[in-house]
Amino acid sequence: MAKTIPIRTANAPSQAFEYFSTKKDELVGWARKFSLFPYPFVTACCAMEFMAVSSTPYDTDRFGAALPRFSPRQSDLLMVVGTLTHKQAPILLKVYEQMCEPKWVMAFGACATSGGFYQNYAAVAGIDKIIPVDIYVPGCPPRPETVIDAIMKLQDRIAHSHHPIINKNF
Amino acid sequence: MDMRLPNPVQPAFEPAESDDAVIVNIGPSHPATHGTIQVIAALEGEKVRKVDVHCGYLHRGFEKECEDHTWTNLIPYVDRLNYCSGLINNFAYCEAVEKLMGIEITPRCHYLRTLLSEYSRIADHMTCVAASLMELGAMTAFLYLVMIRDYIYEHLADLTGARVTYTYGRIGGLARDLPEGWLKRLDEILEQYEDFIGRIHGLMDRNRIFIDRTRNIGMISAADAINWGFTGPILRSTGAAIDLRKDTPYLAYAELDFEVPVGINGDNYDRYYVRMREMDESVYMIRQLVDMLPAGPINVDDRRCVLPEKRLVYSEIESLINHFKLIIEGPQVPAGEVYAAHEAPNGELGFYLVSTGGGIPYKVHVRSPSFVHMGGVKRMLEGYQLADIIPTFGSVNMIGGECDR
Amino acid sequence: MTSRLDNVQQQLGLQVGGASRSHGSLVLELARADLLPVVQRLKTEFAFDLLLDVTAVDWPLKTPRFEVVYHLYSTQHRDRVRIKTAVELADPAVESLVSLYGSAHFMERECHDMYGIVFRGNPDLRPILLYEGFVGHPLRKDYGKHDEQPLVPYRI
Repeated sequence: MAKTIPIRTANAPSQAFEYFSTKKDELVGWARKFSLFPYPFVTACCAMEFMAVSSTPYDTDRFGAALPRFSPRQSDLLMVVGTLTHKQAPILLKVYEQMCEPKWVMAFGACATSGGFYQNYAAVAGIDKIIPVDIYVPGCPPRPETVIDAIMKLQDRIAHSHHPIINKNF
Repeated sequence: MDMRLPNPVQPAFEPAESDDAVIVNIGPSHPATHGTIQVIAALEGEKVRKVDVHCGYLHRGFEKECEDHTWTNLIPYVDRLNYCSGLINNFAYCEAVEKLMGIEITPRCHYLRTLLSEYSRIADHMTCVAASLMELGAMTAFLYLVMIRDYIYEHLADLTGARVTYTYGRIGGLARDLPEGWLKRLDEILEQYEDFIGRIHGLMDRNRIFIDRTRNIGMISAADAINWGFTGPILRSTGAAIDLRKDTPYLAYAELDFEVPVGINGDNYDRYYVRMREMDESVYMIRQLVDMLPAGPINVDDRRCVLPEKRLVYSEIESLINHFKLIIEGPQVPAGEVYAAHEAPNGELGFYLVSTGGGIPYKVHVRSPSFVHMGGVKRMLEGYQLADIIPTFGSVNMIGGECDR
Repeated sequence: MTSRLDNVQQQLGLQVGGASRSHGSLVLELARADLLPVVQRLKTEFAFDLLLDVTAVDWPLKTPRFEVVYHLYSTQHRDRVRIKTAVELADPAVESLVSLYGSAHFMERECHDMYGIVFRGNPDLRPILLYEGFVGHPLRKDYGKHDEQPLVPYRI
């Protein structure tokens, strides 16, 4: 039985509304991507590269992503830097739950991405087993340029995503 | 979302009965704890009455992993112990295995390992001082030190291929020899180092705020420090001149001219200054070593542990078999046990290896200075104020990878 | 240095089960009951003031199964001693050294965590590297390397 799929759904919003909604998304996306407040959830060796990428000569301040906010209530980018162990997992989940929308998660380093080469009883095989991840940064530890590339890709994603600010339609 | 998350630790003290005492939880995700440490403090006003330190949030199962890998394959795991000074972990471990196998490294390797150990020591002390100064608010000092540390990282990346975790030591030698122009760049970096360190001294040494926050804070006496297992700069800041490089010299330290800086009170200021002076002594040692570095092979000519040259592996069957056995089965280390210790930037880093013959270790245990220091740090925290926890912790230089292994 | 260690070995003589040398340090094998008195003598008479390390080795095919290993260092005389005590699986208990060295607190906690060795006299044997709710002692040879015990349920 062929089912007809209409080109526009029955309760579609007007075209003018959609135009303004897209423009609003572009504006809010631009504002959000250039004012990322990272929460550096630092655990292990990747912290060295995090410190390097936050200071001169690889500066994340150029991207608006330099000022860390050590309170989950005030930050929007959760950077999990380093290995996550089972003992630390409840703390990561608590911090993630305390952050408000919109929030993004960066898995910084091989250990956060997949457990790295610690495949044993103590380490969690990747933080995406616990929380959803937006961008994975490979490397052990990743070079600062890789991190900056990741921030730029995340900014592209933020710029092109839907940002509902009043209700789920607008 | 209502989630009852399990508490991974059991605190040592119950909530206080008097309403003056407050229990505060610091960490394990905290900007100023340098990693994953949880400090549960019972406060009376601003004063810390009791402290319960919880580590283990970065326990990655290093010892269990090592029982599954060959002696050479576990060198990357060893790197990630004290990740601020990765080369020293490499060399301490390789020396322990070489002792078990009865191998003498070549003279060039001997001096080069010493030079790189001191270079790593500079990077580690720089990270410690930078982070602890940043927590006190001295952001400029942090940026200066991290800039020089970045030059060191790039320079070591030219040599080893990686910036932070090098995996450069091998049993019987090193992975590769120095590239062209490496020593010249070393000179340039050391000159820039001196310029920047001069600025840090100018900013911090007589800075009233810094002195007020660190003098007479976190004090410990020499006898107490030894009883609680402190080694390294913390012990030296109490006045005891105990340094493995002078007491039981290993590598090329017996031939070098250097002094061991020692503090007066054992407080935070002394620890900062001991680290600054140790960096200067390391630079002096590196300059001597550059002149002493002999020519010659990097790896000892021993088929039991050193991989043969690639062109021989591709042309001769014996080298091919040798290469194959070394990679797949690992270097065959005779049965026995050894404890070898180096003077790491944090203190005495020791490897206790147990072998039952074969290419895979039976037990690899790390005597990590940071872990033992965490046992004793409460002596430096109790009795002081809440805000003093931060500079004291910064001066102890707890490295999570080493503490929890 | 070597003659001092010989001297130490001789003077401890009858209390020690076996003695040998290992790459420059003296190795003493003691019975469980002799541990605390011998270490006390080493600290007070022979100036071994720094307790460096407490660990254990698991030999599942031997009885007694565990070997608790201590490393001591003398800052004054710059030499090292390694002490080994054997304990069995049925009663893996040793006297604690907390009365002599403050550093023993954390190190014994870790050894208990990893191997299950009970240190009688240590006031606090809570898990230190592992977490509350972890069952088993991972460094024992019969604990599987991949046996994870997650605290937070996985989402995927």
